Amino acid sequence: MKKPPRIKIQPSINAGEVIEIKTLATHFMETGNRKDAAGNKIPRDIIHTFTATFEGQDVFSAELGSGIAANPYIAFFMKVPGPGVLTLTWLEDAGTTTVEKVTLNVI
Amino acid sequence: MTRQCSVKVLRRRTFLLGAGAAALVGALLKAVPEAQAGEESAEYKAALEALLGHATPRAGGITLDIPDNIENGDYVPVALAVDSPMTAENHVKAIHLLSTANPRAAVATFRLTLLSGKARVTSRMRLAKTQEVVALAELSDGTFLMTARNVEVKVGGCGM
Repeated sequence: MKKPPRIKIQPSINAGEVIEIKTLATHFMETGNRKDAAGNKIPRDIIHTFTATFEGQDVFSAELGSGIAANPYIAFFMKVPGPGVLTLTWLEDAGTTTVEKVTLNVI
Repeated sequence: MTRQCSVKVLRRRTFLLGAGAAALVGALLKAVPEAQAGEESAEYKAALEALLGHATPRAGGITLDIPDNIENGDYVPVALAVDSPMTAENHVKAIHLLSTANPRAAVATFRLTLLSGKARVTSRMRLAKTQEVVALAELSDGTFLMTARNVEVKVGGCGM
């Protein structure tokens, strides 16, 4: 990812609350169906997997195809059991992995 | 990316001009009933079968929020939601988003857990042309819920 992803989570959370987590990655999501000016196929290069884990436990994951729009936006919900760190990971075809860690502010 | 898009449009335009008036009239005469038929790609049928196995999906309990009409198929907001208590006994394991007429039928699979709390996911997809978009939810008891929405697309997603 050229720029770090954007993550939006409410500033304070009550234990047990269900919150929405909004993520926006920066990626052109090349489909693999297009050809360049010379007629050569442009290879697929997308973010194929997104995962969210909380203190080692799976929360949410997504397997993405070329039908997801450029700069993938994924918003999902999480029931926050208590304070801890949420780890978000984006995996690209090109082999790059982007990891972001967010400490959830549980009051 | 923008430049490649315009190259593609030009090519299509050249092709349309080259195709000649006769072909165009023929296509117009045929176009109306065909466009109404709601074509499903072979890949979509295979993808759906692979997900469902021998199960028959039920209607209801699942919503697919997507615009009826969209100017630009590059960027289509989509929200998927399933009525589910998300308890250990009764929860949604996955929500699949499928396209019936894109080059690739599998758009995305969202996997939920008990920590999800709520079976709702929002994203943005690409649509190559006017078509039905399908949402399929896989529940913890092994059954499926399915819904579909027709989306009219004015300009197809670039590079689809």
